[in-house]
Amino acid sequence: MENLLTHAKQEPVWNTSKEIISLLGLLSFFLIVFPLFGPSPFYLHLMIMIFMYAVMSQSWNVIAGLSGQISLGHGAFFGIGAYTSSFLYVQYGVTPWLGILAGMLFAALVAISIGIPMLRLSGHYFAIATLLIGISFQVVFQRWEMVGAASGLWIPLTEESSWFALQFHDSKVPYYYLFLGFFILSYLSVWRLSTSKIGFRLRAVRDDYQAASSLGIAISKYKIIAFAISAVIMAPMGSLFAQYILIVDPDRMFNLEISIIVLLMTVLGGIGNIWGPLIGVAILIPISEYTRIYFGGTGGAIDLIFYGLILMLICVFRPAGLISLLPKHLIEREKQR
Amino acid sequence: MSILSVENLGKSFGGIRANHDISFTVDQGEILGIIGPNGAGKSTLFDLITGYTRADTGKVTFDGNDITRLRPDKISNLAIGRTFQKLKPFADLTLLENVMIGAFAKETDIKAARDKALEIIDFVDLIEKRHHFARELSTGQRKRLELARAMAIEPKLLLMDEVTGGVDQKTIPGLVELILKMKASGVTIATIEHNINIIMEISDNILALDQGQNIAYGKPKDIQNNEQVIDAYLGRVDVA
Repeated sequence: MENLLTHAKQEPVWNTSKEIISLLGLLSFFLIVFPLFGPSPFYLHLMIMIFMYAVMSQSWNVIAGLSGQISLGHGAFFGIGAYTSSFLYVQYGVTPWLGILAGMLFAALVAISIGIPMLRLSGHYFAIATLLIGISFQVVFQRWEMVGAASGLWIPLTEESSWFALQFHDSKVPYYYLFLGFFILSYLSVWRLSTSKIGFRLRAVRDDYQAASSLGIAISKYKIIAFAISAVIMAPMGSLFAQYILIVDPDRMFNLEISIIVLLMTVLGGIGNIWGPLIGVAILIPISEYTRIYFGGTGGAIDLIFYGLILMLICVFRPAGLISLLPKHLIEREKQR
Repeated sequence: MSILSVENLGKSFGGIRANHDISFTVDQGEILGIIGPNGAGKSTLFDLITGYTRADTGKVTFDGNDITRLRPDKISNLAIGRTFQKLKPFADLTLLENVMIGAFAKETDIKAARDKALEIIDFVDLIEKRHHFARELSTGQRKRLELARAMAIEPKLLLMDEVTGGVDQKTIPGLVELILKMKASGVTIATIEHNINIIMEISDNILALDQGQNIAYGKPKDIQNNEQVIDAYLGRVDVA
């Protein structure tokens, strides 16, 4: 056994397969060079939406997949990010770069403040509480005059494209790279988190809180950490989306649909797996965007019917999500176990 | 010298007295066996000591600290490990990851936690299974996993809840050997057991409970001949 122990100690700590590394390298290369092929604005927009929702779904995956808390009001942090950066720019001319950081900080503070009382709840009760929190943010912002109440904030247009103001009027390519950058950063951060001491402890809390506490893990503290990290990942997407459409209003930014869609995408792809959200998003966003084009305003809800159908099929035939269709040896190594 | 002292501990659930006025001590380095019929309050006693259930009355002192009102994680951080009657492995994690989570109680570095976990997994003779998911292990192996995970927090006191329960007969001697190996490594042990032969073999002292009360405490030989214990738990051999 001594030899086996010595051998085991020499094994690499992270046994990421060569197939995965090659696939990721190829994917990153393709995503970086994609705009060089001169895609139409629609395809750039499609990719931007994929990056954005991939990050948002990953944010939800941190709280639900990694720590086991189902949040139904996660869109609130998207709105907080959007409003924080937009408000600072509109009122004080602060660059959205700093606004993004402020949004992340503010989202974390809100997550901690509401998390302390709420994370004492568990299961359905926690989910219902987050749903109500999500709705109440929308109601508050609809009535809050300082941030434009129901009509929201209109971000003043700059005369020319500007990296300081994060406004690009001639092309979507800069937005593409902005969202891509945050997408890569978020996925790397979540991978790092899931392979850290905190990640291990969060999975312990998710799997069995009693066993976790018998190993010295403070359950509430780790749930709050997961909630705050999740909020910090979600907020920059709100800020960037605000810069993308240059308007923030409560109906768009605190829409309950955001919270539900990120949940659907993660469940579809595979909850608890770092690549699950990306797979779900890569399928559902194109459906959403194409149905929007083909059916226009009147057929705007067709995508939701598709979502519902796909989700029913997944729940019946593949409860572990589409990622479970991949070869087992690839999934289990990369899983946020 | 006693490492754990329980004084007049009591807990009721509604009208049911799960534990009533229980007092005993556990000396450093010993194995205390805890016996009693089903429903005697043995697991409740462990829950009270480890903070999973709040005591109505009494006091628990560990290593000079009053731990009666502490949370389970705080108690664990004082170096009290435990296993559960109903196994609680992290089913979707590998054996190695399960034990690493225990090792993180003392280690912050991944490599250090991994090396320590591997040494403990080797100690419980499961090194070949280190990359198996907990859900793939047999009941006996999962019992070893729980022991390894609890050992990883470097406990001074380890509470074991029916380690040999629910495993086949061939597995039992290995588990008993492991418990003795743990004792030899310096860990103080309190163990709930239904297998009377095992408890008599490994215990330095035995606490017998019945209907939530301490009915006897002493050396295995004395307990074996104690009238109250015989009536409540061991039973009499009818010589007609």
